[in-house]
Amino acid sequence: MIEIKDLSKAFNGHQVLDRANLTIQTGETMVIIGRSGSGKSVLLKHIIGLMKPDGGLVRVDGEHVAQLSGAALDTLRMRFGMLFQSAALFDSMTAFENVAFPLQEHTTMSPEAIAQRVHECLQLVGLQDVDGLYPAELSGGMRKRVGLARALAISPSIVLYDEPTTGIDPIMGDIINDLIVALRDRLKVTSVVVTHDMRSAYKVADRIAMLYNGDILEVGTPEEIRASKNPYVQQFIKGEAVGPIQEGLPDRRVLSRWSSRASVPR
Amino acid sequence: MIGRLNASFLQTTATAGAWAVDLFWYAGSLCLLFAQTVGGVFLRRLRLRAVVYELWKIGVQSWFIVTVSSLFIGMVLAFQSAYQMQKLSAEMYIAGLVALSVVREIGPVITALTVAGRVGSSIAAELGTMKVTEQIDALMTLAADPVRFLVVPRFIAMVIALPLLTLWADAVGILGGFLIGTLKLGILPSLYWKMTTIPLAFKDLASGLLKAFIFGMIICTVSCFEGFRTEGGAEGVGRSTTVAVVTSFLLIIAADCLCTALFYFVWR
Repeated sequence: MIEIKDLSKAFNGHQVLDRANLTIQTGETMVIIGRSGSGKSVLLKHIIGLMKPDGGLVRVDGEHVAQLSGAALDTLRMRFGMLFQSAALFDSMTAFENVAFPLQEHTTMSPEAIAQRVHECLQLVGLQDVDGLYPAELSGGMRKRVGLARALAISPSIVLYDEPTTGIDPIMGDIINDLIVALRDRLKVTSVVVTHDMRSAYKVADRIAMLYNGDILEVGTPEEIRASKNPYVQQFIKGEAVGPIQEGLPDRRVLSRWSSRASVPR
Repeated sequence: MIGRLNASFLQTTATAGAWAVDLFWYAGSLCLLFAQTVGGVFLRRLRLRAVVYELWKIGVQSWFIVTVSSLFIGMVLAFQSAYQMQKLSAEMYIAGLVALSVVREIGPVITALTVAGRVGSSIAAELGTMKVTEQIDALMTLAADPVRFLVVPRFIAMVIALPLLTLWADAVGILGGFLIGTLKLGILPSLYWKMTTIPLAFKDLASGLLKAFIFGMIICTVSCFEGFRTEGGAEGVGRSTTVAVVTSFLLIIAADCLCTALFYFVWR
């Protein structure tokens, strides 16, 4: 179980997380939605101990993440797999070496067994014949899938996905969604998915949490979120410009004045 | 008037204090990274393949530029000293002067500055790019220590490669002086060689190589540290690269001054 309690984090005086609370049950897929810059990725990085909170705490199966260091933190991280928004593949390694990296580092598997596991993971994300290619030679979507294969290589019990379907085509996005669901159903993997893609959120989520103004505004099953009476939640899930969420949006009057005046030069 | 002066004094003191705090933080962070790296060298399993690869990148790839710069520096030294020595008809002493200058100072310092510019900047840029593209975060999520993976191989390669390059630079610098001394000034090759070896003591060579070892530690620690603290995309990478090179230059010159004082005036 992942417990987030009164978690606060600020960058240069800007409060990104403000006493956020959330509990994620073991084996559950929790989708965190929210606007860009609302602190979703920051929340993920606190769960895996990449950031230290200014206040509050994150507990993973009872272990206070921020208080762990060295070998204890590494042991905890071995239970995690993380897919980064930008895939974060190691530039100096081929796709094969990227996926093999955690296996070479943390297991005593033979090179043949590692190769077999790497190909298994790459096939799982729909990739073949990319072994010798470097990240610079892969498309954005392929990079993301190699990143996912790397995250799954050591069979983690918790997987963190930062925008798993962003930058890949809708069909492959759906395959990734199916994979997240399959990992939960077959291997009882706990998943935390950060996304803007509501279609993906409804498909994979056991529960959805909306992050707004540094706190969790609402948590519920996809049906509960769809039926939410909260106008902020409704505006976000419907993707409407009109509504109570207006921070960072252009002034609509300026926009309408501009569009009425704008003409195509001939 | 007095109130305004007081405010100005307070402002200056506050700024100086903030600078001092930043300076101590920077020095402390460098020392911490250095300690972690040394710990990684002795206490953790080494990645030998990575060390060999870095040795090739740092040592072999810097060989040409170090050779060319040392050769010309040796020649320039011979020219400059000949200009003065000819007035005293003491040209043959150029050999010893060039040899001592090159082995004690010019060899280690020029090699270190060249490597700081060529390799230090590349280390800072590489690690900086890894930082801004979340590759260092990815390493940590895979329970891999970035210091062990990224700093330790470079550190070992640097402290091996820099003394070796310095030794080569010493030889090439002396050769530069030899070429000018024999071909331009007409000193007999055997006499030039004799006048080169007479003043050179083992201490001169050893102190130069020890300096190179220390400069290697400085370049690697500063460049890796600047890479790790990169923020803000391409502009941040550029800034880290510049700061890494400038800081390495300053620390190399300061360490050179300190080492020279210690080797030749304290531990005589």
